[in-house]
Amino acid sequence: MSANLNRVHATFEGEAIEAETGASVAAALISSDRVAWRTTRDGAQRGLFCGIGVCFDCLVEIDGESGQRACMIPLQEGMRVCDNGTRASRTAVDADTEEAAQ
Amino acid sequence: MTALRATGQAPMFDVAVVGAGPAGLAAAGEAAASGARVVVIDSSEQPGGQFWRHRSEAAGVVDGGELHHGWRDYLELRRAFDAGIAAGTILYLPSTSVWMAQRDTANFTLRLVPAHGGGRSDTPTVHASALVLATGGYDRQLPVPGWQLPGVMAAGGIQAFGKQNGMLPGKRFVIAGTGPFLLSVAAGIAHQGGTVAAVLESSNLMGWLPRAHRAAGVPAKALEGVEYTAAMLKHRIAYRPRTVITEILGQDRVTGVRTARVRSDGTVVAGSEREIGGIDTVGLGWGFTPQMELPVQLGAGTRQDVDGSLVAIVDEDQRSTVSGLFIAGELTGVGGAALAVLEGRVAGRAAAFEATGPGAGAAVAPRATSAESRAIARQRSFANAMHLAHPVPAGWQQLLRDDTIVCRCEEVPAGALRESRESMAGEDLRTQKGQNRAGMGWCQGRVCGFAVSCMSGGADPLSNEVETSLAQSAKRPVAQPLPLGALADLD
Repeated sequence: MSANLNRVHATFEGEAIEAETGASVAAALISSDRVAWRTTRDGAQRGLFCGIGVCFDCLVEIDGESGQRACMIPLQEGMRVCDNGTRASRTAVDADTEEAAQ
Repeated sequence: MTALRATGQAPMFDVAVVGAGPAGLAAAGEAAASGARVVVIDSSEQPGGQFWRHRSEAAGVVDGGELHHGWRDYLELRRAFDAGIAAGTILYLPSTSVWMAQRDTANFTLRLVPAHGGGRSDTPTVHASALVLATGGYDRQLPVPGWQLPGVMAAGGIQAFGKQNGMLPGKRFVIAGTGPFLLSVAAGIAHQGGTVAAVLESSNLMGWLPRAHRAAGVPAKALEGVEYTAAMLKHRIAYRPRTVITEILGQDRVTGVRTARVRSDGTVVAGSEREIGGIDTVGLGWGFTPQMELPVQLGAGTRQDVDGSLVAIVDEDQRSTVSGLFIAGELTGVGGAALAVLEGRVAGRAAAFEATGPGAGAAVAPRATSAESRAIARQRSFANAMHLAHPVPAGWQQLLRDDTIVCRCEEVPAGALRESRESMAGEDLRTQKGQNRAGMGWCQGRVCGFAVSCMSGGADPLSNEVETSLAQSAKRPVAQPLPLGALADLD
């Protein structure tokens, strides 16, 4: 790859991260020597697993929107990326949870 | 777009195609060429699917296809796809997920949300006379002690990361599981400058011997195999058959693996244990799981394929058991990109005819040509040989400790699943879910569904109990996690 490709700059938890234009948020996190960026309910660290948007392990908060998959989203200039948090602040409908509650 | 005709607010198409990988691109191009107005919905930013995932076009990065197989086929499919978009016969909705598919008497209705970022889709609903589902698959996983550690990835995830970002997610890798795909992953890592300490193949490879002639029927596959072997030799990558990871080591992240040779019943050969240290990334994969929620939502008939996966039943023209619904690619049985393209073409043509009827295109229903049928049969025969030679290893459950995480989302350990099965009759996935939340998290059992089905239904992955559990696992009333606003938009 040529060295003069445009790079985009963003932050993770306030610290600078960057990647080649078009690379994913996960690529930027891994480039900054992070291997994990989410904490599970049991306190375990998680990062990339499936890499293709299936497993939801790599969730981050992006510009205030939680539950975003770092593997799927290209890093954009000025993005504010944060730890998705231990609280499952889930905007998703968990249909099975409702089903089980009945 | 002038080609649309409105039904209320939602646009109406002749053919909707879900997925823009090998099967979806082929289906869309063929349907458009047959005179249909087509909408293509895909969750990625750009076409190609997982197999042809590539560098960012939006960022102007040109992908020369060095990491790809069949890249010329992709470019050809892509030309037809782009021509359809330019001509207004194909509407392409990238970065969009289908969260619900319904069929009423005349049409299919697809409910859409943006794949990322929350909010609403500009086109929250589309209608279509015929539907082609080409949603592909993802790596099939079995739990391994320590697989929840950061640095452990799906083998296909490593490859996708490399193809998309032009960099690797680590430096020194061990790749383990079963199937020739592991070789493709290892070769790609080496090509991108990473080190592969070993590829561990659980099968003894003897399964290929009685079926070698099936590879001869698909010369491209044999050639691909030769390329991988050459790459393994060139980069001095150790390839160890009959070998599994017994434990992934590390505190906060992967640092190494313990391995062992296994007999055909899965028991460890005494004295064969080894440790590989200095590892930062482990890639795991035991074949692939087709993404079945949309076919299941629509009530399409399913069967269990020779690899144990739940797949859709289709006829020679890729017609499912639901009228107007055509299914192509991995959803009809995991078989790779070349087979997916062949099936996609047939499905696209048949769907266009279904939607537009005689007059617009052909006068009689177009069937798969005999050349297509023969090519599909050869590819399917190869795929079946591959599945039989690379089965899920017997006895994998014996390697799980009670504290080994099985459901990654809800962090449910093997002990809880065993307990549910033994003392609470948790003999299928649905019961397990109610008792210990396995399969209930964000991924909705996509990752652990196969393992939980096997662990609750019995050791034989081809048993009726496991098939029942797999069908339960694929039954997801909401196909993707979605913002509540999407529900508010329903009429």
